[in-house]
Amino acid sequence: MANLISDETIEYVGILAKLELSEEEKEQAKQDIGRMLDYVDKLNELDTSGVEPMSHIFPVHNVFRDDVVTNGDDRDNLLKNAPKVKDGSWQVPKTVE
Amino acid sequence: MEIMEMTALELGWKIRKREVSVREAVQESLDRIHVLEGTLNSFVTLDPERALARADEVQKGIDDGTLTAPLAGVPVAVKDNICTKGLRTTCSSKILYNFVPPYQAEAVDRLYAAGGVIIGKTNMDEFAMGSTTETSAFGPTKNPWNPEHVPGGSSGGSCAAVASCEVPYALGSDTGGSIRQPGSFCGVTGLKPTYGTVSRYGLVAYGSSLDQIGPIAKDISDCAAVLETIASYDKKDSTSVKRESYDFTSALIDDVKGMKIGIPSDYLSAGLDEEVKGAVLRAAEVLKQKGAIVEEFPLSLVEYAIPAYYVIACAEASSNLARFDGVKYGYRAPEYEGLHSMYKKSRSEGFGEEVKRRIMLGSFVLSSGYYDAYYLKALRTKALIKQSFDRAFARYDVILGPVAPMTAPRLGESLSDPLQMYLGDIYTISVNLAGLPAVSVPCGLDRKGLPIGVQLIGDCFQEKKIIRAAYAYEQARGSWQAPELAAAQMQEDRQAQSQTVAQTGEAKGQRGGDGHVKTI
Repeated sequence: MANLISDETIEYVGILAKLELSEEEKEQAKQDIGRMLDYVDKLNELDTSGVEPMSHIFPVHNVFRDDVVTNGDDRDNLLKNAPKVKDGSWQVPKTVE
Repeated sequence: MEIMEMTALELGWKIRKREVSVREAVQESLDRIHVLEGTLNSFVTLDPERALARADEVQKGIDDGTLTAPLAGVPVAVKDNICTKGLRTTCSSKILYNFVPPYQAEAVDRLYAAGGVIIGKTNMDEFAMGSTTETSAFGPTKNPWNPEHVPGGSSGGSCAAVASCEVPYALGSDTGGSIRQPGSFCGVTGLKPTYGTVSRYGLVAYGSSLDQIGPIAKDISDCAAVLETIASYDKKDSTSVKRESYDFTSALIDDVKGMKIGIPSDYLSAGLDEEVKGAVLRAAEVLKQKGAIVEEFPLSLVEYAIPAYYVIACAEASSNLARFDGVKYGYRAPEYEGLHSMYKKSRSEGFGEEVKRRIMLGSFVLSSGYYDAYYLKALRTKALIKQSFDRAFARYDVILGPVAPMTAPRLGESLSDPLQMYLGDIYTISVNLAGLPAVSVPCGLDRKGLPIGVQLIGDCFQEKKIIRAAYAYEQARGSWQAPELAAAQMQEDRQAQSQTVAQTGEAKGQRGGDGHVKTI
């Protein structure tokens, strides 16, 4: 395997991805990502100099509209899906001491 | 003919002529599901009461002349990553196991307006990440042609439901082949429209620049009619495209004289199963006999589509799936210490292995230091792939090829080697990268009795050309073939039913009342 993923990299990816991995999962992830990157490295065979990255196939740009509210107050309905609710709001663990 | 063995348009016609009531059609669908679900597991959530109530409402609309659309009253199944207001939508993931959308996807809204009756939500690979429907948190769906094989994926539930005649048609979504590949494996017709044709509003995003909702049905006529119903310009989807025309059914013409069809020679090389190749080339020969000009040509860059796709799709997925954090909806871990721990634990416990794998790869390729080397490189490759299709469509009306390198694998054979599974998407994935429309049409069975599909790819906005080619092919091929397994199980059930009637003198009561909301 050409792409060796270090422990630090996996820690970092875990932080970015907001995932908590067991030691076993970390080892597996190192292997999986390394193997995928070996495969993705195939793209380096292609000369892409001077080619613009294409994020969208059609020439679309930002789509704007007037800032007018069209939907009504749907609070109760939205909160039905909440894991925890308090006083008509979503409840989360304390974030500021 | 059994009600559920009709095409959606045939059934819609019978309903409009009052030969079949909407309730009868819906009850028949529920009855078949009742018999077949134990074997197939096509559905994650069913709500028979709601469907029957809706049936009566639609019947009223048909009777008073307000509902005249060709699909009015026809039962439909919806893939479980498409939001249905008030009906649980899980993406076949633990992290959304209890999510009941407070809003409705635009495509579903349009089906509603046309008199559609939603029977239930179909099983899929978790968040549409997979090619077998085995990554579902609700267990795998089985192939109606042989339950020891997978139905393909990720729209495996929708395709199995249509193939087994549980419903006449279904909605699926296609990010890298997720409508066409299971369509091919299950022997049904599945169409992925040009990017931007069907609103993505209410489709739970996986790879936003690649995702499209599309129809799955027995034949191309149904697919064209469904696409005509769900396609629209929608302000709620900023990538929605205003098309010149939303007419697709006028392309159902049995005439391909002079149509130029190119077969990429790079699609026929190593790795393609000989039986699949034979069936696909026979389909091409049929079109040639009908007057199409068919030739092979080198498409080029085929082997770069999969690596480019996985970088782009995983990058987008890592961003899109950041919203699942246990705060506003879905699964929240029971134990945590503080906010970040809650995020991490909820996500780690809620997502399955394949989803985590893709989120991690996506996070990695977007991280500073790697963004240029991987993500931008993939986007540049995408531009080159689009150019190679542009060159091909300067010469050809339609590109014809296989959908997948082989027929449906056995259950349990694919997940152990993810990279190997990804390689199976080689003929479908570049279509998403280039935003093209494509359809998978059944074109035969292999020696194991498993269906083979032929793929017809069109240039952007040229759905009509592939619909026309598919229709002409179907006319020569003959009508849709149902798997024997489903028919046999239904037959067995009917015999058991009539015995009960003979013994007890009681007709069967209303069944399908076993509305299930599957739990993990």
